[in-house]
Amino acid sequence: MSDPMSDPTSDPMSGPMSGPGARSAEAVSGRSGRSAEAVPGRSGRSAGAVALAEREVTAPPTRPAHKRKRLRYAGTVAFFLLPSAIPLTLYTLIPMVGSLWASLHEWNLITPMRWIGLGNYSELLAAPETRAAFGHTLYFIAGYLPLVYCGGLGLALLLNRAMAGRDLFRAIYFLPVITSWVVVALMWKWLLNPASGVVDWALGLAGVDGPGWWTDPDWAMPSIILASAWKDLGFVMIILLAGLQAIPKEFHEAATVDGAGAWQRFRHITLPLLSPSTFFVVVISLINGFQVFDQIHVMTGGGPAGATQSVVELIYNLTFRYGRAGAASALSWLLFAVVLIVTLVQVRAQRRWVNYG
Amino acid sequence: MQHPMKNTVKTAAVALVAGLLAAACSQGSATKGAESTPGGKVTVRYFTFSAAPDHVKDLDTIVAAFEKANPSVDVVVETAPYDQYFTKLQTSIAGGTAADTFELNYENFVTYASAGSLLDLGTVRGDGDDDAAYAAESLAAFKHDGKQYALPESFSTVVLLYNKDLFAKAGVAEPTADWTWAEEQAAAAKLTDKKKGVFGDFQPVTFFEFYKALKQAGGEFMAPDGSKTTFNSPAGVKAATWLVGKVGKTMPTEAQIGGTADYDTNLFKSGKLAMWHNGIWQFAGLKDVPFNWDVVVEPGDSAKASAVFHNSVAAAAATKHPKEAGAWARFLTSSSVAAQTRIASSWELPPVSDQAVLAGYLKDPKPANRQAVFDSLNAIALPPVIVRQQEMQDAVTEALSNAAAGRVTVEEALKTAADKVDGLLG
Repeated sequence: MSDPMSDPTSDPMSGPMSGPGARSAEAVSGRSGRSAEAVPGRSGRSAGAVALAEREVTAPPTRPAHKRKRLRYAGTVAFFLLPSAIPLTLYTLIPMVGSLWASLHEWNLITPMRWIGLGNYSELLAAPETRAAFGHTLYFIAGYLPLVYCGGLGLALLLNRAMAGRDLFRAIYFLPVITSWVVVALMWKWLLNPASGVVDWALGLAGVDGPGWWTDPDWAMPSIILASAWKDLGFVMIILLAGLQAIPKEFHEAATVDGAGAWQRFRHITLPLLSPSTFFVVVISLINGFQVFDQIHVMTGGGPAGATQSVVELIYNLTFRYGRAGAASALSWLLFAVVLIVTLVQVRAQRRWVNYG
Repeated sequence: MQHPMKNTVKTAAVALVAGLLAAACSQGSATKGAESTPGGKVTVRYFTFSAAPDHVKDLDTIVAAFEKANPSVDVVVETAPYDQYFTKLQTSIAGGTAADTFELNYENFVTYASAGSLLDLGTVRGDGDDDAAYAAESLAAFKHDGKQYALPESFSTVVLLYNKDLFAKAGVAEPTADWTWAEEQAAAAKLTDKKKGVFGDFQPVTFFEFYKALKQAGGEFMAPDGSKTTFNSPAGVKAATWLVGKVGKTMPTEAQIGGTADYDTNLFKSGKLAMWHNGIWQFAGLKDVPFNWDVVVEPGDSAKASAVFHNSVAAAAATKHPKEAGAWARFLTSSSVAAQTRIASSWELPPVSDQAVLAGYLKDPKPANRQAVFDSLNAIALPPVIVRQQEMQDAVTEALSNAAAGRVTVEEALKTAADKVDGLLG
């Protein structure tokens, strides 16, 4: 097999860069997190960068003479990886091993651990609370994902046109993204307060009897979804905006000449060419959605009547409220398995609908 | 002996999972503190939920007196609100950063004592220490396996506080010790004036009110051997109906409260609440309200029963200064300075054996009927205590709030709660 880097057309995901220097930079940024993904116009290729880097490292040397060079190259890569590898090991990998160990024990944080094997897992799988928590989490995702994607896409389309104050609006919509979740959640809790909140007051002026929002089990999750979508709108907007700007104008011009209307151009040019950005947004939003916690913990604490008890909120309660750190660790691993499966399915499925042309 | 590998992984788990979370959650307050200050002084840290916000100065008085008597010891106070206190305590113990001494309530004492987290205070007795200073029953409540793992610090009861002005304005006779639920309900209905935002009654729909109301209705929460619950009974239905029935009629609903912290305290202080079921720890905060108020023993139904809460001071098993920690715990709980300070500031009651000290509590003119605090001790309801305490409390409270919001009937709520709690006992 030829080096995928040398021929950009052989791998649809490969970038235009080539040469060892570019490779290591790509590998480092691809591994270390979202930095590569935040570069405008390249967002959809980050997954490609990770896959590429892995292929680079594991590929067998083509000629024995290259062995030492390869080794030195690997050393260079390792050196550049260290700044992220050390904290990753200390704060993610080792605690993960620790939680796997804890998940096999009964442990209330203050007494010595007691080995119970898979007891925590079987108890969790049988408990109605676990099913309810996963159900609430899916409810959240089902409400949040379409809202934040459609809203973000609408904003991106709007702010991709030539208009006065465009940069200002982009900055304003991005502000909530860089604001602390606790601040945002407290603000929404106040806005949606049924007794003294602005929203119900405004609804009252319009003659509408506002709902109980986060004090009402039926409205609590919609309240959380609303606050979450509001906060993450700017993030989705920025990613999609970058994707939109990477679409060559010529395509639109050619289609217009061919007589395509605005909707047809959106449907057959914009959406397909935006699919790498869409894919990235969906993957990240789904992972974040499964881990929804901050806003729930601040706004409802899982209530009322457990209506907003998400999986991570349940993990928190099990550990710090009920002294069942072992069961909480087991639930963390169940969540990890679910997120892993969902993400793998997505990565598989993207081959069918994501267009890297 | 433990396998070394097992030990390493366990240490990693403890240190990283819990320690990190503890550090992140505790704002660093519970994780700092110099072990000893220059000049050979020993630092003893004390973690408390009962001092802030009303009694920080009173605690400082006791600390100053202790440091004067023990010049080589420096006591550092750390406070947390009650609803965060036990999370912080638990994580600090797991992370090995627990304060040398800390407060424990009766409901949580057994958990910590049986976990081996507490120092046997019998091993650090000083020469002059005298257990006779304590009320005998109080001292016995904080023994576990025959060892004194904590010293009784204070106790408090729940009474009915009422706004005399609102009663006078509405022309309703003030509550007496002979009142029953029926009289309370009738008065509350007359006193409630929704147009003015005045509510007749406030009694939280929670586990803590329920086990007490249950006893007032003649029921029992748990079978005598603790093997199963017995609150899903006619008396239970009566008690739950009593609590739930107030919501939306003589008491604000969950939506009206809107999750506001200290909603009931502010409602009473603003003169818009006629009757308030709450603890004597509120007395100090009500000193300067612009209306007349008094207290009375809580009305019962077929029986009288008042809730009593008991706090203690324990020392961490891992403390580096057991001698000093033990001395501070003893001083804080039994010295006359501590007892007098508590009495003078209405900061709950010291569980001392000397009745003359307690009598001083009655000298304060407000509220006039302070005798009710002692009268309420004649018939008490103690909270049921199980190993999975918090889960039981949450299950009962959640079921009752569902009934209060009309989502389920009282009968359904009690059945749900009983099934859940029975499952926790096994």
